[in-house]
Amino acid sequence: MSVITYRQALHDTLRAELARDDNVFLMGEEIGLFEGSYKITAGLLDEFGPRRVRDTPIAEEGFTGAAIGAAMLGLRPVVEIMTINFSLLALDQIVNHAAKIHGMFGGQLAVPMVIRTPGGGGQQLGASHSQNIELYYSFVPGLKVVAPSTPADAKALLLAAIRDDDPVLFLENLALYNTKGEVPADCAPATIGKAHISREGEDLTLIGYSRMAHVARQVAEELADSEGLDIEVVDLRSLRPLDRDTVIASVRKTGAAVVLEDDWLTYGIGAEIAASISDGAFDHLDAPVRRVAMAEVPLPYAKSLETAALPSHDDVVTAVHETLAAVGRRR
Amino acid sequence: MPAPAKSTAATSTRRRTSRTSEAQRAKLENYYRQMLLVRRFEERAQRAYLQAYIGGYCHLNLGEEAAIVGLLDALDPHDYLFTNYREHGYAIAKGIEPERVMAELYGRTDGVSKGWGGSMHMFDVEHRLLGGYGIVGGQLPIATGTALALQYQDRSEVVMCTMGDGTTAIGAFHESLNLAALWKLPIVYVIINNGLGMGTDVAHASAEPELYKRAAAYRMPSARVDGADPEATASAALQAVEAARGGTPYLLEVMTERLRGHSVVDPAKYRSTDETTRLKGADPVVLFAARLLERGVLDQAALDVIDTETAARIDAVAQFAEASPEPDVSTLFDHTYATPVPNDSRRLPGSPLFAPAPFPGRPA
Repeated sequence: MSVITYRQALHDTLRAELARDDNVFLMGEEIGLFEGSYKITAGLLDEFGPRRVRDTPIAEEGFTGAAIGAAMLGLRPVVEIMTINFSLLALDQIVNHAAKIHGMFGGQLAVPMVIRTPGGGGQQLGASHSQNIELYYSFVPGLKVVAPSTPADAKALLLAAIRDDDPVLFLENLALYNTKGEVPADCAPATIGKAHISREGEDLTLIGYSRMAHVARQVAEELADSEGLDIEVVDLRSLRPLDRDTVIASVRKTGAAVVLEDDWLTYGIGAEIAASISDGAFDHLDAPVRRVAMAEVPLPYAKSLETAALPSHDDVVTAVHETLAAVGRRR
Repeated sequence: MPAPAKSTAATSTRRRTSRTSEAQRAKLENYYRQMLLVRRFEERAQRAYLQAYIGGYCHLNLGEEAAIVGLLDALDPHDYLFTNYREHGYAIAKGIEPERVMAELYGRTDGVSKGWGGSMHMFDVEHRLLGGYGIVGGQLPIATGTALALQYQDRSEVVMCTMGDGTTAIGAFHESLNLAALWKLPIVYVIINNGLGMGTDVAHASAEPELYKRAAAYRMPSARVDGADPEATASAALQAVEAARGGTPYLLEVMTERLRGHSVVDPAKYRSTDETTRLKGADPVVLFAARLLERGVLDQAALDVIDTETAARIDAVAQFAEASPEPDVSTLFDHTYATPVPNDSRRLPGSPLFAPAPFPGRPA
């Protein structure tokens, strides 16, 4: 067991998988000589050479599609798209092709590829570079979408994604790269499609993924210390498939839910979770399901505006308090 | 050496010449048989579509027969083929039984894609047809990646990737050709230039209407060939395939005619009377039959026999498709993922995510 950053966990996992399986190779913009925009692939070109660590031109549609074609012959490409915003340039290849090839051709070939890409606002990058659009991919049957919030899950889910036979969108987050956590040396691949109860509690369920699962755990610990609240935290980890059973079991126990998301409110992942809770825990709810989500604006550059638009720790605390007030029971 | 030896050599030469011309004759006959098979298949598909046996879109290869046969003759059986949505003939020429192609059009379990793909999405791993693709240009990056995998695995096969003339205007065309040239991938891109992207002619869609010249932007060799001539097409395609096998990607533009509308339901009213009249003299199957007669490769009786045999085969093809069962609804969730995954939704439209609990006090 060692304490390392989320960035280091990703790097170490890529390195180990490159060493383990010659079919695994990396492809993306600036991942080799430049060592990655966020330095996840630092040193890998030197160690594995240009056959395994392939710098590409600025051509998201071209190289993402090329990964599909390589995967169809049994290779396991791991594509880095510099940020999730740029994945829109590859949308046709991801949605119309990677997600469809197995089913549309009657299950004849698999497409074992990974698209690694970070989302996240809060870096003053302006509207087109600060989006959280994992929803677009979570919507599509045929894709798997995972979103780790801890270094340990980053490793376990990346191992699972690389070894999975289906196309997996692996969502990273700019704000998480420097966060630290314990990572077991003998970390096994996670099971894609399973959520994780990262804190058990009785009073209310906080549901999140990626950065907002991290925020959920912080808030739960603080409110336990300051107010004696006993909050359960569900870290979704996988957005498709979505582990509704774990969410429903938790809400049936606590009777109250607050869903946290870094994306926009309307039509968001929180909406899907809330609808699922309505289906599966209607009789158990003591308050309406509350969503905490980004303000519905193109995210501005100015720090004051950007900060106001993004869901914060304090927004979560407020939502918890108001939901518990609606429940009418306090400890 | 005794005198008879020389005589034997001379005889051998004569025999070789004779064998060569017999091989050539058989090859040309085979071209014609394949062209006619594609022609009659497509005519039958059109009929079956109008009889509502076939759904969706249905784009036919009518007018493309010589190009198909010539292009596919240049590939080894182990080479890979990617095509677009106008691909029934390519599937047949790649060696897939026409019965299975027709069954796919009918949406039946014996179809090449088990009824999941339809007209635009033929796929067969065994015959290395890695897809018809319905999105214009979608197949280009994927085919490029398959060529990358061949290079990565140090294999000798090549990829051929066909597209229509309209595809050259899409971004994926540029990105793919650039990647292939940068990385020296074993791939031949083939533009089937039938002059029309749906109803828009090439001059209105491409600032460089001589499409093969676009390869210059990637320092990629390229050529244009008459797609009504199967021999010329095969010869040009072979040159392209040999370049690709040596690590030089190639762009081949094949000039063809689209004898009918964009799809079965398109009456092609945007075509002028002159154009329609001209097309009547441009039918590659008719032209090739005339050439075979003129060169003495086949006589009219032989052509008639091939016609009769092909018609009978197509009847059997349609019967096979009609007899093949439709996929069972229980298989609906079989192909979402290659590996089973927890919490994969297998819900039919009318089913709830969770069974609603009965109201307290009421019987369940």
